[in-house]
Amino acid sequence: NVKSPPPSATPPLPALPGRTPSVDKVDGFSRKSVRKARQKRAQSSSQFRSQDKPIDLVQLPLLKDVSAQEQPELFLKKLQQCCTLFDFLDTLSDLKMKEYKRSTLNELVDYVTLSRGYLTEQTYPEVVKMVSCNIFRTLPPSDSNEFDPEEDEPTLEASWPHLQLVYEFFIRFLESQEFQPSVAKKYIDQKFVLQLLELFDSEDPRERDCLKTVLHRIYGKFLGLRAFIRKQINNIFLCFVYETEHFSGVAELLEILGSIINGFALPLKAEHKQFLVKVLLPLHTVRSLSLFHAQLAYCIVQFLEKEPTLTEPVIRGLLKFWPKTCSQKEVMFLGELEEILDVIEPTQFVKIQEPLFKLIARCVSSPHFQVAERALYYWNNEYIMSLIEENSSVILPIMFASLYRISKEHWNPAISALIYNVLKAFMEMNSALFDELAANYKSDRQRERKKDKEREDLWRKLEELELRRGIQNSDGHNALFCTGKITGPGCHRKHFTF
Amino acid sequence: MAGADSDDSLYPIAVLIDELRNEDVQLRLNSIKKLSTIALALGVERTRTELLPFLTDTIYDEDEVLLALAEQLGNFTMLVGGPEYVHCLLPPLESLATVEETVVRDKAVESLRKISHEHSPVDLEVHFEPLVKRLASGDWFTSRTSACGLFSVCYPRVSSTVKAEIRQHFRTLCSDDTPMVRRAAASKLGEFAKVLELEYVKSDIISLFTALASDEQDSVRLLAVEAGVSIATLLPQEDLEALVMPTLRQAAEDKSWRVRYMVADKFSDLQKAVGPEITKNDLVPAFQNLLKDCEAEVRAAAANKVKEFCENLPEDSRETIIMTHILPCVKELVSDTNQHVKSALASVIMGLSTILGKDNTIEHLLPLFLAQLKDECPEVRLNIISNLDCVNEVIGIRQLSQSLLPAIVELAEDAKWRVRLAIIEYMPLLAGQLGVEFFDEKLNSLCMAWLVDHVYAIREAATCNLMKLVEKFGAEWAQNTIVPKVLGMANDPNYLHRMTTLFCINALSEVCGQEITTKHMLPVVFKMSNDQVANVRFNVAKSLQKIGPVLDSNCLQTEVKPVLEKLASDQDIDVKYFAQEAISGEFSTIILKYNLHRCKLMTQHYVTLKLKKQKT
Repeated sequence: NVKSPPPSATPPLPALPGRTPSVDKVDGFSRKSVRKARQKRAQSSSQFRSQDKPIDLVQLPLLKDVSAQEQPELFLKKLQQCCTLFDFLDTLSDLKMKEYKRSTLNELVDYVTLSRGYLTEQTYPEVVKMVSCNIFRTLPPSDSNEFDPEEDEPTLEASWPHLQLVYEFFIRFLESQEFQPSVAKKYIDQKFVLQLLELFDSEDPRERDCLKTVLHRIYGKFLGLRAFIRKQINNIFLCFVYETEHFSGVAELLEILGSIINGFALPLKAEHKQFLVKVLLPLHTVRSLSLFHAQLAYCIVQFLEKEPTLTEPVIRGLLKFWPKTCSQKEVMFLGELEEILDVIEPTQFVKIQEPLFKLIARCVSSPHFQVAERALYYWNNEYIMSLIEENSSVILPIMFASLYRISKEHWNPAISALIYNVLKAFMEMNSALFDELAANYKSDRQRERKKDKEREDLWRKLEELELRRGIQNSDGHNALFCTGKITGPGCHRKHFTF
Repeated sequence: MAGADSDDSLYPIAVLIDELRNEDVQLRLNSIKKLSTIALALGVERTRTELLPFLTDTIYDEDEVLLALAEQLGNFTMLVGGPEYVHCLLPPLESLATVEETVVRDKAVESLRKISHEHSPVDLEVHFEPLVKRLASGDWFTSRTSACGLFSVCYPRVSSTVKAEIRQHFRTLCSDDTPMVRRAAASKLGEFAKVLELEYVKSDIISLFTALASDEQDSVRLLAVEAGVSIATLLPQEDLEALVMPTLRQAAEDKSWRVRYMVADKFSDLQKAVGPEITKNDLVPAFQNLLKDCEAEVRAAAANKVKEFCENLPEDSRETIIMTHILPCVKELVSDTNQHVKSALASVIMGLSTILGKDNTIEHLLPLFLAQLKDECPEVRLNIISNLDCVNEVIGIRQLSQSLLPAIVELAEDAKWRVRLAIIEYMPLLAGQLGVEFFDEKLNSLCMAWLVDHVYAIREAATCNLMKLVEKFGAEWAQNTIVPKVLGMANDPNYLHRMTTLFCINALSEVCGQEITTKHMLPVVFKMSNDQVANVRFNVAKSLQKIGPVLDSNCLQTEVKPVLEKLASDQDIDVKYFAQEAISGEFSTIILKYNLHRCKLMTQHYVTLKLKKQKT
């Protein structure tokens, strides 16, 4: 994990007295600025304006030390105390009270796990209030503009010692047998969920993990909020794809969606299909795809297993968003495509095979050997092979030219060997067609070249026409000389005026 | 144009459309980019009846192709027959304005805005406005987002009933339930307010502004800040307090740092928009809070505005406000924990001296400058040094020179070459302000050390720096202080340093004049023509050409020419080439020719290689 430190983390470099550059060092790249691995940083939420006076909480007795009748009231009091927030960036302030809140939270976690009959109606608003106070906050600015989640260490939440317990408490509360969604829905409402979703942008993976469990439980228990949650996740994704390209919790949200899609009833609603085509597919275009690709591919395959007729739009979508310059992404796409082909129905395969294999032909002949290799691995997949065999009369003519050319030209010997195997497989499948294609290869290329030349001619003629009209027009108005533009044989069409 | 219609038969639309439909995206893209050529070949009539309907139907292409199409259509008015027919372009652009990809949509909206001006008022109502309405009530968020950008271009030229409809549509979009649409509306709110009649600004816009500024999403609220500034400029002074200030005050204390950042970032505009009274009462305390904000991003944005804010304070109370309210905050920022904040401050703080005058500067600002000159972060020091001229005018640079020197020396030896480069660029300015004596004593050795830096960019900048110094201090100074040192490097064992001598001579010959060049520099150059490294020798040829204009013709003929001729028969092809070029003296084309020459040589080289291979 070697990366140059961000500006703010740069330690002051010691001044070098009387620097005399050595004569032989002409490469100009001295190693004076020793690159340092970035340290893990902790950052607190953006809510603390300077707090002047120390916080003082009255120490309450332990819940187990009071009688059963007194427990509910003490529980409420403790919940209220836990609404107090501490500044964790200041590591020296309020140490005693921070510890007190920690132990109280621990006690509350145990209490909701073990006790029975504690959940009276008035505890709901207090629990939700305590949780809201602690977890809902404006997330701090990301430390570097170009945060690279694969390279950089995430910024960790400083108040995690408390936050973790609050999340744990809330999850236990939601999972508790006594928990009644019908009562809780007054407090866990749309606004609550919206704030919860915003927190998924937290850079701290531990927090996102807790949020995932919380949201999953809420989705499971509050039927009335389901459509709303799905819609808001849609909005987050669309904003991520088309506006910011920055959101930390995409993988976690997709993971939840994976299980949601799993539970969709058949036939699928139009809303869900739209979600697949207009939200999930465009997620493939994002630069940081690698961070959530596994989860995304899982969601897509889930959809196709539910509803095979969606295969064609999905594959067409992938073809549309196929990476043009990023080979790493191309390899990921090929992986996803194989997952899709693993579950494709033969009738769907026939619908999509032509554009699909035109693409695969392109990948197979990619100069990037990992891309070519990944595509060629399809021929190791028995199911895909059986589909190809059934449709060899269509697929072979599409693939042949690329394979034939690359078998001679590819720089990487491993690829040449793989190609050879593929050609061999095709030959065994349909030797008559194979021979015919091989025989026609040369003339086909010539025909293509001729077509290319015709195209060039067409455009040349068109440009001449444009030029002539430009001159005609301009001559009529004497415009060329008026506007000071140069005429003559070298006159480019850009000079053309109406 | 009618006369040329007979050509159309040559180019049946089917062929052209085939090109637009080619399987290869690149070819498709190429043909879309030449769409105007196609349209021209078809003539206006067929462009309207055949080409445009085809384009409207093919909106399902790759985004890159669509982007090119959206751009082309914005310039198509003449190709469909002029403003009379411009509405024919609306259907394809309407479809483009609904696609998912933001760049395509934005380009389509840009083109729509462009051609809206070419519509007559009647066409605007019959064709353009209905399009805006359709987009505004589209199912998917993309079309509604696009609609937001089109209201302001059609509003001024339509009838009052249509105007009322437009206002209604805009209002609906401001409370859309998709945040993307609300963001688009919020970002266009200021622009829309500008074309509205004042009564509607007060009745409609203010309530929309208030609602957007208290949206549940901070990304919407922050966009409302900018709109607030535009709205404030439109309203009469007496309405500001009641209509916009409560909302703006709330924004300055928003719980999201992004919103506060936006307020800080727009602070100067805001100050101008609300005028001196509100500035004194409201903005000063708000600015203090922003300078003390808990997020470094906000503090840095506010620190950037310190000078501008102080400059624009009402004159009568400017000094008191700065001294009692702003300066205490500034003092704290000097020792801020975040270096971006300090460096933002350092880039503007020197500007305060002209506002506060000599005495205040010496008493209050000078200690801050000195503290920042000693800051651990090079960027902070550099920002102070780069603005020295502001202080120089007020108190003279001498006050700072004692602290300046260590700061400069440290930057000059910084491990990052960009920092070194930056300080070199300020050398001539510093030298001018500190005077020749100080320079010789303290800075000269630095300037010479840069000549042997291990980064080329630094050596190059150092050469240029010497030239500027000679321009300041004169040829005699050059002869005594720098020329001997530069020429001494001609004997350096490292050929890069020997080349630096030549580069320096190139730069210095003109400012030093004929005498010094002929007497001192030329002999060294001649000597170097025997260098064992070819790069040095061909640079000798280049140098001789460069300094030629400074020399007299006798010297050129009798001394320079023989050397060049000798070089022209060098064994190295590059040396030969440059020597010949220097002889023929065509400097302006030398580089181009040289490259061509290399290409030719390379090809020849490969051809010979191939031939050799074939033979074996």
